[in-house]
Amino acid sequence: MERIIFGDNQFFAVNHISDEKSRAQSIKFKDDSAIIKTLDISIAAGINTFMCTTHDRIANICEIIRKNPEKYKDFKIYPCMPYAHKYANAVTDLGIAGTLKQYVPGNFLGSMLKGGVAYLSKDYISIMELLIDAEMKMFKGINTPVIFLQNVITDLLLGLGMDEFLVAYAKYVKEKYNAEPGFITMNLPKLLGVLEKNGITNPIICASINKVNFRMSGGKDLYEKVIGEGKCRIIAMQVLGGGAIPAAEALEYVSNLPNVESILFGASSKQNIENTVETINHHDQKKKTPLNIE
Amino acid sequence: MVKVALIGAGKMGLSHLSILGAHPNVEIVGVCDTSKMVVEVLERYSGYKCFSDYMKMVEESHPDAVFVSVPTKYHYPMVKELLKKGVHVFTEKPFCLNPEESSELTQLAKKVGVVNQVGYHNKFVGTFREVKKLVRNGSIGEITHFQGEAYGPVVIKKKSETWRSDPSEGGGCLMDYASHVIDLINDIISPIDSCKGSILKSIYSKNVDDSVYALVGTKSGASGVISVNWSDETYRKMSTSITVIGSEGKIVSDANELKVYFKGDKLPKGYSKGWNVKYVTDLTEEVNFYLRGEEYSAQIDYFIKSVSGENASDINTFDSAWKTDKSISLIKNQSSL
Repeated sequence: MERIIFGDNQFFAVNHISDEKSRAQSIKFKDDSAIIKTLDISIAAGINTFMCTTHDRIANICEIIRKNPEKYKDFKIYPCMPYAHKYANAVTDLGIAGTLKQYVPGNFLGSMLKGGVAYLSKDYISIMELLIDAEMKMFKGINTPVIFLQNVITDLLLGLGMDEFLVAYAKYVKEKYNAEPGFITMNLPKLLGVLEKNGITNPIICASINKVNFRMSGGKDLYEKVIGEGKCRIIAMQVLGGGAIPAAEALEYVSNLPNVESILFGASSKQNIENTVETINHHDQKKKTPLNIE
Repeated sequence: MVKVALIGAGKMGLSHLSILGAHPNVEIVGVCDTSKMVVEVLERYSGYKCFSDYMKMVEESHPDAVFVSVPTKYHYPMVKELLKKGVHVFTEKPFCLNPEESSELTQLAKKVGVVNQVGYHNKFVGTFREVKKLVRNGSIGEITHFQGEAYGPVVIKKKSETWRSDPSEGGGCLMDYASHVIDLINDIISPIDSCKGSILKSIYSKNVDDSVYALVGTKSGASGVISVNWSDETYRKMSTSITVIGSEGKIVSDANELKVYFKGDKLPKGYSKGWNVKYVTDLTEEVNFYLRGEEYSAQIDYFIKSVSGENASDINTFDSAWKTDKSISLIKNQSSL
């Protein structure tokens, strides 16, 4: 994985501290061309990996990437599935069975829900596989070396003790898409324990890691201990603590943590993108220079 | 260990189950749901003992506490049975279909002496907690007026009917969405006890209101405007906000950001004259397990601690939810005049 990964929250009005900023982003990125323009800025700044949710609009972005193979030949996408609000809204509207009926392709589920068919446990795993295929459709022909399960699903399964689905997810992503499975979580220590117990060693985990304990369940000390043990490949996200920490300070902290393989960030302006890349590179360079001669 | 059972493994129920499942002091002893598929998955993959009859579940699994997350119309009969069995109860919001039912359950819970809590999770949001503190300390002086708002994309087209679109089951924007705002106002300022005018409007739904606009008054003498619309797709998810105007300042807050303006020099610690901005990240305590917002984990942890006798168990009581049901009923009755 590359050291710096570009995220997509800013494109979809996800802002953890301000509804006003969120609306401004929604206006700024109304057109797909604005998203592509920002992606191009990030590429020019040296970032070749885009980590994004399987939002409907990403399908349009993928289309543009496919049409410009030369320009995007080194470009990689790490899909994060599912776009949870789509399913959450559907569950409110249609119930759990109704939602599955709407989103699981083919007639498989229809016959199951009608009853009369013996439910086998592998059927439920098959439903998950069909949902993964549905989410992955938009990325056809695009390089997706790591495929992530969104935190709301990872953590829901984690709390429900449904380890088998986490394992089946990892297995399917490897076999069908020849990709590394990744897990986004707000509960890194707990998740790592469960994955290891189920034989998934050195997993790729993307977790909230920052100086102010924001969304780090179990606390910063426990996180630092787990990170220090180096038993997983970590992508640090929410490094700014939702905006609570000044960028320079936030990046210094996370750049100097051991075993953090990648740092995920999102930004809208050229200046913020370039500054973030420069700052991370600066701290990495400093680590490599033992005498701290700059 | 607190032995917990849950009735209704829908969207809220599964979220509660996951948080409960990760709680170090909770043992899940039973889950009850009417969907064969949901029950199968929970039995097969989570190993929970599942039931289709909730009283059978209570009798066989002997829970200390039961979570009720079923459509609102079932809250009253189910919670009543549970209270009679002497178990602690956490129920989803809104509490009941009318204040008479809520009043009866509130009295019964008091008589039986069990912990009782309703899932108005906004009371566990850091910014709103801080708003309450500022208002209650008199930091912005005497409260003259407020505005309570919530917008979100729940019903954004004409579509299929569920219990949320059936008024007799507790559906509609007033019961389901505006209840959050009303409950917050009741808690932060003082219970809404009059309604001068209200409009309940359908936009896409056939049988229920999709938006609520009301001019109200509180017991403490403040006036206010309630403006809630669950058919607003310019919001990605529910956004709840409250503006409170006092003689010495003003507060504007949503679940993420708190803005406070102080006129004078009498200031609470950590604030200065003029505008102050604080973020939920500064005002939120870390939880042990995070699923979809610290407040969801915090409210469950609070309930479990109440059952274990570790706190005052005075947040989101049946009594407070009954007052909210009374305010809801005032707004509803005024609109049909």
